[in-house]
Amino acid sequence: MSEIITSAVLIGILTSAIRLATPYLYAAIGEAISEISGVVNLGVDGIMLLSAYGAFFVALNTGNLWLGLLTGALVGVAMGLLMAFISVTLKAEQGISGIGLYMFGLGLSSLLFKTTIGTVKTVVGFQPVRIPLLSDLPFLGEVLFDQSLPVYSAFLLVPLAWFILEKTTWGLRLKAVGQTPAAADSLGVSVDRVRYLAVCVGSMLAGLAGASLSLALVNLFQENLTAGQGFIAVALVYFGGWRPLGILLGALLFSTVNAFQLWMQVLGVAIPSDVAVMLPYLLTIVVLAFTVSRVRGPAALNKPFERGEH
Amino acid sequence: MKIRMLFVLVMVLALLAACGGTATTTGGQSSAKPLRIAVVMPSATTDLAFSQSMWSALKAVQAELGGESALELQYSENMFKVPDAAAALRDYASKGFDIVIGHGSQYGSSIQEIAPDFPKTTFAWGTDVNTFGLPNVYAYTAAAQEGGYVNGVLAARLTKSKLIGVTGPVEVGDAKTYIDGFVQGVASVDPGMRVGKTWTGSFSDVALMTEAAKTHIAAGADALTGSSQSVVGSIGAAKEKGDVLWFGTQSDQASLAPNIVVASQVYDWSSILKQMIENRKNVQHGGDTFVLQLKNGGLKIAFNRTYPLPDDVKKAAEAAIEGIKNGSIVVEP
Repeated sequence: MSEIITSAVLIGILTSAIRLATPYLYAAIGEAISEISGVVNLGVDGIMLLSAYGAFFVALNTGNLWLGLLTGALVGVAMGLLMAFISVTLKAEQGISGIGLYMFGLGLSSLLFKTTIGTVKTVVGFQPVRIPLLSDLPFLGEVLFDQSLPVYSAFLLVPLAWFILEKTTWGLRLKAVGQTPAAADSLGVSVDRVRYLAVCVGSMLAGLAGASLSLALVNLFQENLTAGQGFIAVALVYFGGWRPLGILLGALLFSTVNAFQLWMQVLGVAIPSDVAVMLPYLLTIVVLAFTVSRVRGPAALNKPFERGEH
Repeated sequence: MKIRMLFVLVMVLALLAACGGTATTTGGQSSAKPLRIAVVMPSATTDLAFSQSMWSALKAVQAELGGESALELQYSENMFKVPDAAAALRDYASKGFDIVIGHGSQYGSSIQEIAPDFPKTTFAWGTDVNTFGLPNVYAYTAAAQEGGYVNGVLAARLTKSKLIGVTGPVEVGDAKTYIDGFVQGVASVDPGMRVGKTWTGSFSDVALMTEAAKTHIAAGADALTGSSQSVVGSIGAAKEKGDVLWFGTQSDQASLAPNIVVASQVYDWSSILKQMIENRKNVQHGGDTFVLQLKNGGLKIAFNRTYPLPDDVKKAAEAAIEGIKNGSIVVEP
């Protein structure tokens, strides 16, 4: 084994892992923000799909990747508004409405793709940008500082989200609304307003997750491009205990094992492919089973807020 | 509250309805009754792979027979959930379609269950060879290993790094036989050449397929191939690198990356479809197994004219095609 894992292979595995983790980071941190306010959004995958399509369509037709990225984010916000309207204003069962949103995104993105693009095409996506000096560091430089901008920003999102959740008034309000909405309400915090904002910000990040796929990682759009990544992102939120750092660790674990199994297959290590493919999921479940934290989810998760009840 | 819930229910149902597989007709209304064919497919008609190969063949047959007034076509795509596909198959049969095709090896048990209820309807499914002993079921498959062998010969001749990568979905069906043939083709040129293989475990996970291709490229491969609708990700990764060659299968994949696709094995189901239509005239509704081969013209190697293929390499590929046709080269599935 030690002859197989050379430093070149190790660099390859970690570079892959960082790329693979990118959409999960955006989507899972977005979902965490939504859930901390008390709204489970199972529509992440659908939002990712519609945003991936929107971002790709705009980039393909204008040649402007930034405009594409912006479109991806805006589509995310629009889907967030829809989700918030259904689950906050109309107080619908969140699980069901999330699944509905997913199917809406899946269906609409397929339909639009077929009518406006028709066949699989590619764009030249965001290219790796070497960060001067840092990228010259031995080993880590190559792994960490030779990636594309959407990848960097996904990782910068982790400390940013931590700061917002832990150190700002908005973060505190978010938690209050997710834990004891009645108390927050009595203190004059508008529960609905906070939840609307949280769902929209979360969905915008899901939108960026989709756009990062179609404009930086895969650089094309195909029907059902995400193949369920949004649902893995939802699982990562639980894995990470609703904390950005926990989500980062979960996303990295999952994608490192995934990159590892790909490399082992390429190098011809004799493990059955079915086992290799199972490995990331298996390991994630094992880790989850043994480290299941004492972190409790937001107490008001999945519960619509009705003033005067309780 | 009740009205609210009702509203939400209606909305959710509307969403669900909007997103079930999309059914589209391209048919005409004419006085003479046209033949009607319906097909249920696991991915999109535009997937540049398996589903597209069937849809293109149906359109070609339709054009040949004289357009929509002679042949009415209807499809349901993205039916990756088997129960949905089964419902669609039964639906088409009860609507009186003459030929109902389940284009996916996962639809076999559904066809087996539905076909006996509609003895006058022709059913077909693939890729597989099993007609379940039913008189109104055809099975069809492709000897994908044959074109795989030819692509393997091309790849082994063209690689400079002597490292070739295969990005497969799941080790089953024509994905597996294609790749087995490809490996034999490479070995026929240079038995010592290394072919690295990855399987993503999914026919549709484009992101992981892309990363698998990038992994092959990072490991030094300069010639890649693969099967399933998710290989568009691999082709994209090869195209982005610029100097990595791609060898296609199922549909002609040159349109996606004209500079790096060398050749594609193309499935042409039209001869099989015409045979089924012909057989209906003799009141035969099934019972046979069809196999696409290079010899019977069901498989074709489409060389990409944009790619400057050296003459001696093209000759080697043509020799392989001839050898497979006349039986002097035997490719194990």
